Amino acid sequence: MAVETKAAPVVANHKEMLISGSEACAEALTLADLDVVTAYPIRPYDTVMQAIAKKIANGQLVAEYIVAEGEHSQFEIVKHASTVGARVFCGSSGVGWMYAMECLVVTPPLRVPMVCMVGNRALDDPGAFGVEHNDALVVRDLGWMLIWVDTAQEMLDTTLLAYRIAEDRRVFLPIAMSADGAFLTHSQALVQVPSKALVDKFLPRYDRGDLLLHPDNPITVAPQANEDWVIEIRRQNDEAMKRASTVIEEAYADFRKVMGRGAEHPWFEEYMTDDAEIILVGMGTISLPIKVAIREMRAKGKKVGLVRPRWFRPFPTERMVKALSRAGAIGVIDRDYSFGSPFNSGVVANEIRAALYNADKRPPLMSFICGLGGREVTLADVHKATDMCFAAAKSGKSDPKTHWLGVRE
Amino acid sequence: MAEFTNATQILEPFKGVKKVTIEEYFTSGHRTCQGCESALVMKLMVKAAGPRTIVLGSTGCMYVANTTYYTTPWVVPWMHTQLGSSGSAALGTAAGLKALMTKGKMKSEPINVIAFCGDGGGADMGLGAISATLTHKEYNSLILLYDNESYANTDIQLSGSTPYGANTTFSPPGSVKRLIHTRWKKNTAGMLAAGHTECRFVATVCASYAVEMMNKVRKALSIGGPTFIHSLDPCPKGWDYDPMLSHELGELAVETGIFPLYEVEDGIVRHYGKTKAIVEGRGRKPVREYLLKQGRFAHFLEEDIDYFQKKVDEMWDKWEIPGVIPFRRESSVK
Repeated sequence: MAVETKAAPVVANHKEMLISGSEACAEALTLADLDVVTAYPIRPYDTVMQAIAKKIANGQLVAEYIVAEGEHSQFEIVKHASTVGARVFCGSSGVGWMYAMECLVVTPPLRVPMVCMVGNRALDDPGAFGVEHNDALVVRDLGWMLIWVDTAQEMLDTTLLAYRIAEDRRVFLPIAMSADGAFLTHSQALVQVPSKALVDKFLPRYDRGDLLLHPDNPITVAPQANEDWVIEIRRQNDEAMKRASTVIEEAYADFRKVMGRGAEHPWFEEYMTDDAEIILVGMGTISLPIKVAIREMRAKGKKVGLVRPRWFRPFPTERMVKALSRAGAIGVIDRDYSFGSPFNSGVVANEIRAALYNADKRPPLMSFICGLGGREVTLADVHKATDMCFAAAKSGKSDPKTHWLGVRE
Repeated sequence: MAEFTNATQILEPFKGVKKVTIEEYFTSGHRTCQGCESALVMKLMVKAAGPRTIVLGSTGCMYVANTTYYTTPWVVPWMHTQLGSSGSAALGTAAGLKALMTKGKMKSEPINVIAFCGDGGGADMGLGAISATLTHKEYNSLILLYDNESYANTDIQLSGSTPYGANTTFSPPGSVKRLIHTRWKKNTAGMLAAGHTECRFVATVCASYAVEMMNKVRKALSIGGPTFIHSLDPCPKGWDYDPMLSHELGELAVETGIFPLYEVEDGIVRHYGKTKAIVEGRGRKPVREYLLKQGRFAHFLEEDIDYFQKKVDEMWDKWEIPGVIPFRRESSVK
């Protein structure tokens, strides 16, 4: 939990390391015995590629490390390496992720279980290194599984879980793990790193089975299908994404069993929601100022809680509705934008509105946009949002306006 | 398990057409046009490579017309890659195989990796990725560019490899402007050979000379590291001629000196076939014999043919290495 000030004790068969989110990802990749990785520089995700390069240079990992000439090639190279049976890793940030867009589109229908890290970064123009979630969100409709990570520990765990889930034959879809630029990619924390033996017990070898591209299995992959078959192939993707929910729950349960620690359930973190009158919702490291503000408010008797979504695709509709519909009002704080969308809200707010549409109880929902371009989300921002949620709870009405917090007017 | 050595297959050249193996790895099931030279290039390419081969095909005619779902002509494993990704597809496939064989996760054996691209995918969009791949000398692969001189699958649009003045759907001759496309064709093979000093083999080929073409493929796959072959493929649809003339036009492209045949092996340039004869002094046929057989040049006036001839003459009379490297030494122009 991000607000802990005291380190948790070392768990059995783990060692403790003081590492950043990117370094935690690289630790997991080493334990997962990665085969092929492609790098291209863009801040802030590239810290993970620097960490992997050191692992290979120091003999801790044997893998092909290819520095590509652009993100388009970066993602294509690992896509093809995966089709001959290699476990692959890739990643990017901001406009780099956009430069790879064509390759991001083809990866899910090819059923390539690539695992990537997106070091979330504002899109150009104007230039900014800081976090926004619009980069990763651009693939939300395309068959990528998307997860938002909060801490370095969660980064390590999620990386191991991601291979287990993506490479499950029932799924075979790529996963993008979002890590907030700077706040997670570059910030160090104490991390419990499992032993290789534990990881081997949890994570089987990647087996592409009858989809392997090899002279012993001379298949033709991705021919021109046209209207004769495309809709059936889309439907297969849809079924795989639906099956992913079961596979994700199995994987987290098994992770807890093998590692002796880990998240209670995969979908989202709940913080002080049991008796909460107001539930705030926010993804990634925004949880830290929200949790601090919640403790301040709790000290004054205000019952406020947080739901921090991890998995955005597949979206945990039923669980999310159950968690949120008990609140007096919901306040969604997006670190993204969706210009011209319903209510001009951010992406998360509109997803949650859609999820609640068929719910028996639909609390008023307040929509906020905050912290764009890496701007600090202050305690005052959170207090202001929460006060507006209390007003909505009292009136019983949603405010159709989306409120931008911490913006010069 | 055999230890991984990163060795290639050793494919000795076919000594004459009667010695060519009879097995086909590109068979029925495709839908290419009558007289399509590129389909022949595919067939010869993989015949030369043999069964322990993986082929990656970037978007273009040889993807769309060749591989209709459920009717693949490929006997060897084949996979589509994106239009600009032939270089990345070759590199990624080779890297995946190398990683798995190095780590003992896959049986160690030399597997040919061939990625093909059209002129749109190779000379235009994919040039950067091909360039990158040609610098990765530890990964064995061949990139074959089948150049039919237009985006022929999407309705014949001009590419960076379309010859000067050609009529394409993006460069139609009109009543006011006769020539829309006035850029000279890229010297793709020469550029790639010159710019990638550790790439051990670059060659140009034409399927009108089938055995030589296959032997270049075999050498490219045997020599090790990344290699590149540029094939000129007459296209009845895009060039507008009777399909029976495909072979003849390939020969004319070489005999007029428009498309020189050569290989660059470890930095040594060798012209071969009829191009060698030209270098050694045999006269070139006039370009008009080639141009006037094709509808795409039907709008040419004498001045256009003259300009075309002048530019081709320069390749032979002024280039530092005729037909390959266009630079001239300062001392030679004084």
